[in-house]
Amino acid sequence: MILTQQLILGLLVGGLYGLAAAGLSLTFGVLRVLNVAHGELLMLGGYGTFWLFTLWRIDPFLSLVGVGPAMFVLGLVLYWALFQFVVKAHEEVRIKNSLLIGFGLTLVLHALAIRLWTADERSVTTDYAGAVLRLGGFAIPLLRLSSLVFAFAILTALHLFLARARWGRAIRATAEDWEAAALMGIPVGKTYLLAFALGTALAGIAGGLVSISYSISPSIGIEWTLKALVVIVLAGMGSLFGSFAGGIILGLAEATSVVFLGGPYREVVGLILFLIVLLVRPQGLFGARV
Amino acid sequence: MKLLGAGISLTVLFVALPLFTARNDLLNLCVQIFLAVVLAQSWNLLGGYAGQINLGHAAFFGLGALVTRTLWVGGTPLIFGLIAGALVATLYGIIIGIPAFRLRGAYFAIGTLGLAEILRITVGNLMPEISTISPRELASYNILPRYYLTLAMSVLCVAVVALLIPSRVGLGIRAVREDEAAAEATGVGALRHKLLALTISTALAGLAGGAFAYYHVSYYPQHTFSPAWTFDAVLISFIGGVGTVHGPVLGALFYVIIRELLAVKLVEFHLIIFGVLFILVVLFLPGGLVEAWNRARRLIAK
Repeated sequence: MILTQQLILGLLVGGLYGLAAAGLSLTFGVLRVLNVAHGELLMLGGYGTFWLFTLWRIDPFLSLVGVGPAMFVLGLVLYWALFQFVVKAHEEVRIKNSLLIGFGLTLVLHALAIRLWTADERSVTTDYAGAVLRLGGFAIPLLRLSSLVFAFAILTALHLFLARARWGRAIRATAEDWEAAALMGIPVGKTYLLAFALGTALAGIAGGLVSISYSISPSIGIEWTLKALVVIVLAGMGSLFGSFAGGIILGLAEATSVVFLGGPYREVVGLILFLIVLLVRPQGLFGARV
Repeated sequence: MKLLGAGISLTVLFVALPLFTARNDLLNLCVQIFLAVVLAQSWNLLGGYAGQINLGHAAFFGLGALVTRTLWVGGTPLIFGLIAGALVATLYGIIIGIPAFRLRGAYFAIGTLGLAEILRITVGNLMPEISTISPRELASYNILPRYYLTLAMSVLCVAVVALLIPSRVGLGIRAVREDEAAAEATGVGALRHKLLALTISTALAGLAGGAFAYYHVSYYPQHTFSPAWTFDAVLISFIGGVGTVHGPVLGALFYVIIRELLAVKLVEFHLIIFGVLFILVVLFLPGGLVEAWNRARRLIAK
């Protein structure tokens, strides 16, 4: 009984883990840079949604329509200012430098957020915040359910874009082999720019959903980067729905551990999953290649 | 040779400093510099020389602090507490290192970052209470043994790296950084050398944590696992000059002193400034202060 209820909650939070991981996995898969400031970008998106609601009473789900594009623009700026210098290097140096740049960015964004908005925890509380769907004795918080559905819808839209649209196909071609893509006339630089901005927008939207269903503070960044990384190691790189499924698995695993081991060990589950997958199947559960 | 001379003079200066001043704030600042030297130099051995980016250095520092503090407050002689702390930190490093080093790319960085954060949260959950040294110990608290312990540690740490790097093993470690496949082809075991650098690096970080546990009167156990320690280590290494022996020492002096000056007025501001400076160094001046100095000298020589 308690287990099922916890599993429901785990499933709901897992969808957001998946969305956070999808953005990170997109930038990694295409640019081969690992942006460890992904969680801080998510945090910024969360604050965007929070302030739009608090200052002008804009419904949080509606505000995501604005936060997404705004974060997309931020992604363009970050790529132009920082990551374009990183992608010029060859693969090993590229990953190493992107880790360092991302790490520096984490520090700056975190300190900046504390300075601008204090270290307080905040969340969007709408009139319908407490609404609960009752289903055979189980309580399903309506907001979290809507967030899950929203996350899934965003990923589906992105999937369609990558599968069908001209630029989407360019992104996939670049991810597979950027040299061949360049020879075929694909502007690899612009593709990188687009993929990075899309990844940033995904982080922002995930952050908005977090501020609606849970809470945000300047220090949530590293926690969400961590969740996204565990999911990526679980699910492998390069598949949007793989990330989503990986996120849900992590959410369910955490929920199970809360019931059997108690709350304090919740994060240890991620650690153990992480080590096991690394030892047994380093390409991830769903990934075909590293 | 010049550097050796500079190192010895700096050491003599610091050894003699308490003879001339009893100002507590100055001695405390020095302890912070010494701790920063150990943190950064230990990071530099693995990150700068072996080329393995460790984004969770705080975990090794924190484990060292946790073990040493628990044993020392429980009555074990400090030296055993320090050794135990270093051993636990190393053991933990090897547990991550063995699976992650088999894989190329970002796995080691992801592993260290992730596991450090998980440890931090778990320690915070399990030990929410502040850790304070016993009243008896507090009554006899004296900064001098802390000062000399951390000074000795930083000298030891710099000496270990300075002796290791030119040696055969040190060459192997650097060869792995430059090109793993080529190193393997010439008979340098990549995994073995990476693990060796990791072992020394984490043991030193664990020692630094132990010294912190001995130095600090009261703190939350979670505090020693804070990502801030990793930031310190990485920032200092890069700003000073990553992959050099004297870079982290210069970086530590520069970083801790400037931080002290800035923090008087602006609390979070030094992080923003240093974060931006760090990003600029990584992108445009990968050799840090050491490289800037060399370039300036060459310009003057012309």
